[in-house]
Amino acid sequence: MTVESTAARKTTRRSSGAKRTTGASAGAKKADQAPAGEPELVQLLTPEGERVQHPDYDIDLSAEELRGLYRDMVLTRRFDAEATALQRQGELGLWASLLGQEAAQIGSGRALRDDDYVFPTYREHGVAWCRGVDPTNLLGMFRGVNNGGWDPNSNNFHLYTIVLGSQTLHATGYAMGIAKDGADSAVLAYFGDGASSQGDVNESFVFSAVYNAPVVFFCQNNQWAISEPIEKQTRVPLYQRARGFGFPGVRVDGNDVLACLAVTRSALERARRGEGPTLIEAFTYRMAAHTTSDDPTRYRRDAEREAWEAKDPILRLRAYMENEGHADAAFFEELEAESEALGKHVREVVRAMPVPEHMAMFDHTYADGHALVDEERAQFAAYQASFADGEAE
Amino acid sequence: MAVQKLPLAKALNESLRKALETDPKVVVMGLDVGKLGGVFRITDGLQKDFGEDRVIDTPLAESGIVGTAIGLALRGYRPVVEIQFDGFVFPAYDQIVTQLAKMRARSLGTVKMPVVIRIPYGGGIGAVEHHSESPESLFAHVAGLKVVTPANSSDAYWMLQQAIQSDDPVIFFEPKRRYWDKGELDTEAIPGELHKARVAREGTDLTLVAYGPMVKTCLEAAAAAAEEGKSVEVVDLRSISPLDFDTIQTSVEKTGRLVVVHEAPVFFGSGAEIAARITERCFYHLEAPVLRVGGYHAPYPPARLEEEYLPGLDRVLDAVDRSLAY
Repeated sequence: MTVESTAARKTTRRSSGAKRTTGASAGAKKADQAPAGEPELVQLLTPEGERVQHPDYDIDLSAEELRGLYRDMVLTRRFDAEATALQRQGELGLWASLLGQEAAQIGSGRALRDDDYVFPTYREHGVAWCRGVDPTNLLGMFRGVNNGGWDPNSNNFHLYTIVLGSQTLHATGYAMGIAKDGADSAVLAYFGDGASSQGDVNESFVFSAVYNAPVVFFCQNNQWAISEPIEKQTRVPLYQRARGFGFPGVRVDGNDVLACLAVTRSALERARRGEGPTLIEAFTYRMAAHTTSDDPTRYRRDAEREAWEAKDPILRLRAYMENEGHADAAFFEELEAESEALGKHVREVVRAMPVPEHMAMFDHTYADGHALVDEERAQFAAYQASFADGEAE
Repeated sequence: MAVQKLPLAKALNESLRKALETDPKVVVMGLDVGKLGGVFRITDGLQKDFGEDRVIDTPLAESGIVGTAIGLALRGYRPVVEIQFDGFVFPAYDQIVTQLAKMRARSLGTVKMPVVIRIPYGGGIGAVEHHSESPESLFAHVAGLKVVTPANSSDAYWMLQQAIQSDDPVIFFEPKRRYWDKGELDTEAIPGELHKARVAREGTDLTLVAYGPMVKTCLEAAAAAAEEGKSVEVVDLRSISPLDFDTIQTSVEKTGRLVVVHEAPVFFGSGAEIAARITERCFYHLEAPVLRVGGYHAPYPPARLEEEYLPGLDRVLDAVDRSLAY
């Protein structure tokens, strides 16, 4: 697919999108309203749970697959709520909630193959869930018992990256390695609207385009970089930036799990075919604070959140499934019980997380050893031992 | 032929060639490293022989070069990155400090970071600004990085081999004004340890500690001092992190006097660390305070002033005299 043909397809999409909104209810039209001149989002499921068609990104899922996506979103939200509660109870030092972004993360995460590799920022709890990372592992960093918490290679899910945008370059380099290996895996790199301003994100666009690297950039535009609104990051819709770097960009309804799945799957397949990177902008909303240390009441109005609550990703899939008879009451009851069990499990595991053994702070700094580390480790051990001697006396 | 006499730059080229031949996972990457062979020709001919896939010309973006090298390392490659000049490394400093240095520790040792970052450094070649700096302390201060610098052809060849074989990230500083100095290289020798200092000249009255471009200056100073009847020992550090304090200590216990020489500004420089540690270790052996000779707390000056800024023979000898006068 060339850049030109992508642009041509976008025109098609715009007109088909306009057709779609005529069919939707007035409420949906209002909630989805894009600023003048901005193209519509790729959407397969309206906020009311109505299934709509899209010429480029249609998808056909079984009832079981739909239930799977729903389950993923519900459990991820439950996990996230538990982590927020644990922070409030003093069990975690900080938590970055994904509330509202479940569809963006589960939809994109479920598009991945096992041999693909993910480079997250620090809010991709739903993607981690899709990769099979034990969710309690995500909490070690926030509890302060480690700075990572999992072996990135065991689930092809890299460590969370806090410095904004750094991981998009790691993703690009990893993708360059895949291409060198002659493999057909792909890389999915996550970042946010704030990180889109970072040099590293733009450099990763340059490198991935130049080397035609099999990487998909998944920007969750949740509208806010702590207190800075999207208007403080960009004058053009973020997905349009891709064109200037020479690869396609597409904006998807980030609260529509089906659309996120379809668009990400398509972009990953494109990468596998050796056609290079794609930028996906998932248009979504951070319903909670940036982190538990943040106070969004200082910078945004309740009405904004309420407007986005009407587009809740979980409620819309549930409405669709109920309307179409894809799930019965028993399914929802069982899931509720599973959610509670997950919450309880997370609570228990977090509270039982041991403080690392003191000497561990020296571990793993170097693979080959380092004389200074050895010396300071020995000094620290002797210092600690001096207290033990004192107690013994 | 195993033993040959060749310039330091050529020894580095031979070293990269050997690394590319030995390990298919080694890739060389950076600005102009391909057809041009690098602005100092350190990678001359490598792309021709190993292809664009192994010797990679990159976009002009230092953070991008190091950031993608980290990704390649995560995929199992061993990238050797060239930063064109010392003063150009700072756009990549974030990736080096916040990502490269910490990746292994954050993963609890489950991932390796075998990335070498080659940086031509130091002054004395009459360059414009940002082309003559010595930022080694900024990297040595960061846990997770190793910092080394060869002073002759043999070390250039062997230390680069060892840096590439290391599973730790190594910042490899190349003394650019010594690139054209010829020295002996035995490609079949058994190399010394990467992080062990070397006594470059034996002496009994005073120890000069130096590394990289200043080793030659200090050897010349020691030769000049010998004409005045002073016996000066010269220690070539080779590695700045980790730093071989044992070798310095042994020398200082013998001579009782220490002068540290480097091009970088003295303030918070590697000389400060050496002075502090050696004072701790050798307090009762010292006949004089540890003295330092280096750059000033000023931006690296325009080229017409660099001879005044850089430690030369006279400034080193002046410090030797001051130390001996105690």
